[in-house]
Amino acid sequence: MSSPSDAVDAPPMARPKSLTDLFVSFTLLALQGFGGVLAVVQRELVENKRWLTKEEFIEEWAVAQIMPGPNVINLSITLGARYFGLRGALAALAGMLTFPLLVVLALALVYAQFAANAQVAGALRGMGAVAAGLITATGLRLMPALKKNVMGMPLCIALGIASFVTIAWLKLPLAWVLAGLGGIGCVAAYRKLAP
Amino acid sequence: MNAIALNAADWLSLFVHYLSLSMLCVGGAITTAPDMHRFLVQEKAWLTDPQFSASIAIAQAAPGPNVLFTALMGWNVGLNAGGLWTALLGMLLCLGGIMLPSSVVVYLTAHWSHRNRELRAVRAFKQGMAPLVVALLVATGWILATANGYAASNWPGWAVTFVTALVVWRTRLHLLWLLAAGALLGWMGWI
Repeated sequence: MSSPSDAVDAPPMARPKSLTDLFVSFTLLALQGFGGVLAVVQRELVENKRWLTKEEFIEEWAVAQIMPGPNVINLSITLGARYFGLRGALAALAGMLTFPLLVVLALALVYAQFAANAQVAGALRGMGAVAAGLITATGLRLMPALKKNVMGMPLCIALGIASFVTIAWLKLPLAWVLAGLGGIGCVAAYRKLAP
Repeated sequence: MNAIALNAADWLSLFVHYLSLSMLCVGGAITTAPDMHRFLVQEKAWLTDPQFSASIAIAQAAPGPNVLFTALMGWNVGLNAGGLWTALLGMLLCLGGIMLPSSVVVYLTAHWSHRNRELRAVRAFKQGMAPLVVALLVATGWILATANGYAASNWPGWAVTFVTALVVWRTRLHLLWLLAAGALLGWMGWI
């Protein structure tokens, strides 16, 4: 296996000038992303900074998604590594996490001061209900992508419903569900993807 | 606050649980939230249901990657177990645990996976997991929305969740407006 630092297959249109540039860029990205960073990442890196073409972005995003771990974190590690190796990966990661973490902690501390206040508790309950809807909608928006799935719609629906029931209602451990139902899915997809 | 006592073995099991969830995050860290709920709230009772929901709601309201909700869960477990220092420890264990194994794997395979994105096994994994990724997101929404139980008196919260899901699914309205609307409705005591 070669090191990720030589993963530059085609010359990019532009690239971060330094580790500091990488860190600052990812910090600014992360601080703009309310309710998830993906949309901002696409707009900034592809359209404004031109570090990636649209096609490159889609490929990188697909890889970040199939790999385990938080997607946006994976994407920043991959891109950082591509430009500056391990130091780049760490700079991008630090940019993505440092200031947002401070903001989240500050919010949590402010919230703790007012947690006993019925109105603040109510506001957070309201935001919690909205957050539940946001996450559900992310799932709903991804559903059309299943139409192109090699397994076909009936098997996708069956696996989807089975996963929902085992997780949301039966509350089984995620590892069992991913190994069992995910295993079935991977084998079914592998058999459909004839070489 | 909800005082609990954690010994070294408990801290270790918290860290190990997040380490093990790291490799299970397909489609974002939030898809492992149901398992965190099962572990932290139901099995260990280290967090209350409102604290669990608040961790996710605050992280959603703040800018930045969604994975930061794990930091807040660790923070809250630590606060329950003592004070500021245990809170920092909990935050470090949860955020470090959820990111460490997957980040190392991603870094080591960044080059390989880019070259082999057309490989049959890679594509089979991606396609085979796709329905589960979608279902896990919907299941997470379900678990968050029913965190306060299935009592019919919770209907205003469910209505907000339902309407939000519809609006986000069908329109491009900025998410901040929805969070603000939810906060306002809650502030007025309607949820």
